[in-house]
Amino acid sequence: MDLYPLYNSVRIALISTVIIFFAGTAAAYYISRLPRAVKGFLDVILTIPLVLPPTVIGYLLLRGLGPHRLFGEFFMNTFDIRLTMTWWSTVIATSVVSFPLMYRSCRGAFESFDTNIADAARTLGHGGTFIFWRLMLPVCRSGIIAGMVLSFARALGEYGATSMVSGYIPGETATVSTTVYQLWRTENDELAMKWVLINLLISFTVLFFMNMLENRRRKI
Amino acid sequence: MSLTVDIEKKLDNFSLKVSFEAGDGVTSLLGASGCGKSMTLRCIAGVATPDRGRIVLDGRVLFDSEKGINIPPQKRNTGFLFQNYALFPNMTVRENILTSVRGGYGAAEKRRMTDEVIERLHLTDVCDLMSSEISGGQMQRTALARIMVNGAEIILLDEPFSALDEHLRFAVENELYGIMRDFSRTVILVSHSRDEVYRLSDRVAVMNGGRIETAGPVREVFRNPRTVCGARLTGVKNIAPATVDGNRILHIPAWGISRELPENTETSGITAAGIRMNDLRAERPDGVCGRFYDFDIVRVTENLFSRTVELGAAGSGDHLPLYWQVAGDGWHHDGRSRISLFVPDDAVMPLRENI
Repeated sequence: MDLYPLYNSVRIALISTVIIFFAGTAAAYYISRLPRAVKGFLDVILTIPLVLPPTVIGYLLLRGLGPHRLFGEFFMNTFDIRLTMTWWSTVIATSVVSFPLMYRSCRGAFESFDTNIADAARTLGHGGTFIFWRLMLPVCRSGIIAGMVLSFARALGEYGATSMVSGYIPGETATVSTTVYQLWRTENDELAMKWVLINLLISFTVLFFMNMLENRRRKI
Repeated sequence: MSLTVDIEKKLDNFSLKVSFEAGDGVTSLLGASGCGKSMTLRCIAGVATPDRGRIVLDGRVLFDSEKGINIPPQKRNTGFLFQNYALFPNMTVRENILTSVRGGYGAAEKRRMTDEVIERLHLTDVCDLMSSEISGGQMQRTALARIMVNGAEIILLDEPFSALDEHLRFAVENELYGIMRDFSRTVILVSHSRDEVYRLSDRVAVMNGGRIETAGPVREVFRNPRTVCGARLTGVKNIAPATVDGNRILHIPAWGISRELPENTETSGITAAGIRMNDLRAERPDGVCGRFYDFDIVRVTENLFSRTVELGAAGSGDHLPLYWQVAGDGWHHDGRSRISLFVPDDAVMPLRENI
């Protein structure tokens, strides 16, 4: 059995988790400091991928990234890079879909961060870099890790946007979820079941890991 | 060493407009919660920005709205002790102090300074514990240690004892008092507790609704708080409407008490008078001006070490109570319903609604 889909899914999920870590914490940090009206508006924009059907997100992405669309054409003409139907175009899709999970989890953690601690650091001479990396991130660690685990799991299981942006090309864009669909469609039940079991195992591990973190947090 | 503050800031419910100077020693801002005293401290430290005004520390302009100067908090060298101490919770006591050493010292020198202040503030036993695992008093000393190694030029204390258990407060207060004396620079203490303020400070400014009503040496302000609110905040329990007649006689009709005010007293605007409940006397002290008045005893409350006697002007049924507090062994209630008490002239304080 060809394990490429598993390898592809995991690397896509890992890369999009790294991207989301930076994007999510940065967005949460800056937005939690904005005035309330602006905050509410940006919050809706950044959270909307969570409630939209993934196919809608896939459609919207294609409208921008497709070879004859604004960004797609630009990248094609200047860098000779296709933004769709490649394994890493999937990264774009999974990042967008799972971004809100990280963003919301981080924002909750940052908002419960005692602003006096940051103010104390300021009066002691510390700048924003120290406050963010040495205080906020470590203090909000558990919220951030929870957000990362959730977005990793979401990215791993993403189907709708992925299949629209990258399709199913065996050995290239095939992921676990698109492979299961493909195998079921071609009535290869036995192999489909294997992939389903693999998927269950991964999900189980991720949730188990989450609960372990949760327990450790409670003990601290 | 001196601090000059003259700032205005619009807040949610009121506008802050304070102006005061503080020299060496401890200057207190005394006021009820929400009167703007903490905001004043935050403006001095630079973690809040006033709308208008000027803040000068030892000739160094920290803030001047007209000249567009607003030194960031990192460069103000103010030591801010937060109400909840605001220690870095992800670090040990030692790390909290070590990261706060300011100046271009080498790593070894920083460690030496940290060890020194740990010893001086008796933190040796807990220096390797996480800063969330130590007691309130130790947290306060850790926060002070950070300020010391940071080279603060002024210390700002925001309700430093409110987060402590009652039984710890006294010891921690004494300790802080010692540390502040050693610091021998300007200290601003913000508190709602008149006892703390009286014990710890040299000068006091009484704040109400975002303004400073009375300011001066602490004993003077407590002896003559000048405004109704100042009287309440400095612990005067007996306050009643009063009038001054053409002969400078202050009358308090509700209690039937009157006194002559000193010759140079400014009498306009006086609308009330206050008497501390400990200032009434069963006997006349030697050489004190005043006179005896008759009162009805309404109720006697037993406290742990004292009695509080609720009095009313003799013969008047409907009365504004006058409270008299007397030490436990100073007076015993023998069941009588009327008593004659000496009211010293100085104890009757003329008060204004505001200044």
